[in-house]
Amino acid sequence: MEPMIKIENVSKTFRGKENTVEALKGITLEIGAGDIYGIIGMSGAGKSTLVRCLNFLERPTEGTVYVEGRDLSAMSEKELRRMRTSVAMIFQHFNLLMQRTVLDNVCFPMEIAGVPKKEARERARRYLEIVELSDKEKAYPAQLSGGQKQRVAIARALAMDPKILLCDEATSALDPTTTRSILALLKEINQKYGITIVIITHSMEVVQEICTRVAIIDAGVLAESGTVEEVFASPKSKAAKRLVFQGERKVALMKSKRCVRIVFTENSSFEPVIANMVLECRASVNILLADTKDIGGIARGQMVLQLPEDEQTAEKMIAYLKERNLAVEELTDYVE
Amino acid sequence: MLNSAEISMLLEATGVSVYMTLVSTLLAYVIGLPVGILLVVCAPGGLKPKTVLHKVLDIVVNITRSIPFLILMLLATPLARAITGKSYGANATIISLTLAAAPFIARLVESSLLEVDRGVIEAAQSMGAGTFAIVKKVLIGEARVSLIVGSTIALGTVLGYTAMSGAIGGGGLGDVAIRYGYSRWDTKILLATVVLLVILMQLIQFAGTKLSRKLDRRLTG
Repeated sequence: MEPMIKIENVSKTFRGKENTVEALKGITLEIGAGDIYGIIGMSGAGKSTLVRCLNFLERPTEGTVYVEGRDLSAMSEKELRRMRTSVAMIFQHFNLLMQRTVLDNVCFPMEIAGVPKKEARERARRYLEIVELSDKEKAYPAQLSGGQKQRVAIARALAMDPKILLCDEATSALDPTTTRSILALLKEINQKYGITIVIITHSMEVVQEICTRVAIIDAGVLAESGTVEEVFASPKSKAAKRLVFQGERKVALMKSKRCVRIVFTENSSFEPVIANMVLECRASVNILLADTKDIGGIARGQMVLQLPEDEQTAEKMIAYLKERNLAVEELTDYVE
Repeated sequence: MLNSAEISMLLEATGVSVYMTLVSTLLAYVIGLPVGILLVVCAPGGLKPKTVLHKVLDIVVNITRSIPFLILMLLATPLARAITGKSYGANATIISLTLAAAPFIARLVESSLLEVDRGVIEAAQSMGAGTFAIVKKVLIGEARVSLIVGSTIALGTVLGYTAMSGAIGGGGLGDVAIRYGYSRWDTKILLATVVLLVILMQLIQFAGTKLSRKLDRRLTG
């Protein structure tokens, strides 16, 4: 099947007076129709530049991008503008028009595209219903919370019936609870309307929560890409490992003894795997790190266990965990 | 106290001052608004960067702004005569007032438009908006409060200029102040013109503030 977005050898260099910055270096990536694709990287990795190349707000210095098989670099200004109506975008700071009501904000892209006012208003009301903000149509952005502002931005993005929705750090300015509700809304939009979603983020949690596939960008280079399960269960690149262990500096301590990292992807949340293992093997383990959560009855996340000194018991435990379909990885080489 | 002839003369002069201020500010906006927009749009890193045009406008605005108003008025006399047929009086003064205020207004407009959040402009671009739509709906729409505050400042400045223009044959309150207050040492009338100018300035400021408050949707309370 033809990918929805094909990024082909894209490089972007910013030339300043004193220095040139290579923001992207030869990125090649395919994003399938209907995917929720995460592009993750640390600040300054070039992911925001990459997302702007997807609708040519930034023109790549080299390489090109195909949207539905059409080469963006071959388009005229006018064709690019038309293409952008089907590639919507939401932002970290929402970027709403502060002097317009919620309803008029949602009408804005239709106004630009020349949709008759009456029809635009009807459609805008429908989209406000989807984002559950019908009662706020007369409010101004300054009267809304961050989460509500992002909902307005999402309604505005949906207004032109886009095929693709680009999210540039869309939840980075929101608290965890609001983040979850916005992510749930994005997932719903993806499933109900089949809109391909590209999520730019620095947070592995966001990727785990809703993405199907993920690409890791590090210093302008594509470090790794694959399904979220693959990358999370066995990160190969250094950048991926750093993101998976985000903020965990204790890892160095784990090196001294035999430690394993286990990743939960498909186990039932109701099955006490670790406790059962301890009962079965009659030896205790030390939980050095645990970051798991329940997503729809399935346990997701990771743990780092320090195994008993006794080789035999340790092997037995590893075998037990593997039997339970957990990804087990010995932590020998990982040091920050 | 002032006699009735003096009062009607002062009232008439007030009317002339108001007329000169409003008409020349309006005309100055006809020039200054598009120039201000071009300064923003054509700037390096703007919506449509045009280095040469930007540089030329920038220099022209700076040169006209650096000529003192009274000298600019003298320089504009031939132009005023060509357009209005006279080199003195209210209408002739309007020409030089317009020329003096336009570059100032271009700068006011420029600074108002530069206040608009770049993110919002980018959002409009991501929706496929062209330059014209962005200028009209995003730049002017979002900066409207700042533009109104700017026009209040412009009106106040032009009112000050009209008074100054009295020195070399302009009309209105400045003219009265020069002829009666300066040439005849009639302090009473001189003070009356000052009071009237103060009142006019207060009215402009009051109306401007009121209108911008009313139109600003960023205030929640």
